[in-house]
Amino acid sequence: MSDASKEWPLWEVFVRGKGGLSHRHVGSVHAADAKMAIEHARDTYTRRMEGVSLWVLPSAQITSSDPGDAAALFEPAEDKVYRHPTFYKIPDGITHI
Amino acid sequence: MYTTDLSGKGKGKAEAAVAEDPALVAAFEARVANDEFIEPKDWMPEAYRKTLVRQMSQHAHSEIVGMLPEGNWITRAPNLRRKAILLAKVQDEAGHGLYLYSAAETLGTSRDEMTEALLSGKAKYSTIFNYPTLTWADIGAIGWLVDGAAIMNQVPLQRTSYGPYARAMVRICKEESFHQRQGYEIMMHLAAGTEAQKRMAQDALNRWWWPSLMMFGPPDDKSPNTEQSMRWRIKRDTNDELRQKFVDITVPQAEAIGLTVPDAALKWNEERGAYDFGDVDWEEFYAVVKGEGPVAKERMQARVKAWEDGAWVRDAARVHAEKRAAAKLAAE
Ligand SMILES: [Fe+2]
Ligand SMILES: [Fe+2]
Repeated sequence: MSDASKEWPLWEVFVRGKGGLSHRHVGSVHAADAKMAIEHARDTYTRRMEGVSLWVLPSAQITSSDPGDAAALFEPAEDKVYRHPTFYKIPDGITHI
Repeated sequence: MYTTDLSGKGKGKAEAAVAEDPALVAAFEARVANDEFIEPKDWMPEAYRKTLVRQMSQHAHSEIVGMLPEGNWITRAPNLRRKAILLAKVQDEAGHGLYLYSAAETLGTSRDEMTEALLSGKAKYSTIFNYPTLTWADIGAIGWLVDGAAIMNQVPLQRTSYGPYARAMVRICKEESFHQRQGYEIMMHLAAGTEAQKRMAQDALNRWWWPSLMMFGPPDDKSPNTEQSMRWRIKRDTNDELRQKFVDITVPQAEAIGLTVPDAALKWNEERGAYDFGDVDWEEFYAVVKGEGPVAKERMQARVKAWEDGAWVRDAARVHAEKRAAAKLAAE
């Protein structure tokens, strides 16, 4: 029973809430293959009309950034305030900009 | 409660012995104190990880075992409406178990390890599910009281410090409220029914009231791990606080439908603005934790049987998937 290789693989589940929205991660399921993963995702995550479309993806296929690199990756954006429209002072009376 | 620490005492020793970088520990504590969320790949103290795995898997096991007492009445629900509702409710509980298992797996413990811990008796689940469901009114009492107590505990856990756990709790809380209302509705109808039906409702309340109060766990002065769990934001109110809140909310609900809470000591305390209530029989609680609940053996037998009877399905599906994958590879 504790033989890990006998466990059905883990799949990450993404649900599109409604047309026009992107798929959003909601959790994971175990399933032998992709078709079963969709069935399990449907039963587990969309019992109350939470979605109109599902994606499943083997969890092992996900590459994520290292939390240890978070500063190097994301902090440089902090001193680039000129990327935001509020950085620019536009005189009163100038409209549509 | 589903998440009350039911582990024995002294289990923290090995955990405490692990030497951890004090700077990392301090940074972690500061983040948690600041109500930040901890995510799976973030550094966390081993004791935090272990406590969470224990709490979340115990919570998941409670949802799964919790299907049994109610499942007992699906085929005997009094009409199609009630049957459809009960099926949906029990299916929700399966979903809750699955959300929580998958959240716990992000901490590096496999689903099979958790299942094995449950089936071998190593892991605990809420004591409430070791009581039998003798009549249809018990289904009403469970929804009203047991799910009601669960909601009381789970609402604050939506802000628990571990991200995947908090997100699972948000989903669960959205679904729980229907559980409680359908239970109360059952009780309401029985209490307004014939004399026999009313007696049945009162009898169910009599039997489920005290076990429901036990769900919040031992009194605060007997829960040594509460302080650390509160600091880590994996528990947000003490057992006694939640129990008091539950009594205060539930007593008027019983009165409104003409049922009597089976506690001679129950009395509104004007000064405190809360009910005084009698002592819970903690001897009984600890006996049930140890596995002496009235139907504890049947519950475990049912889970073991389900696991063993399902083995061929798990194996067949896995082998089929492997074969198809191999055939696909060969065809490329
Ligand atoms: Fe639940
Ligand atoms: Fe529930």
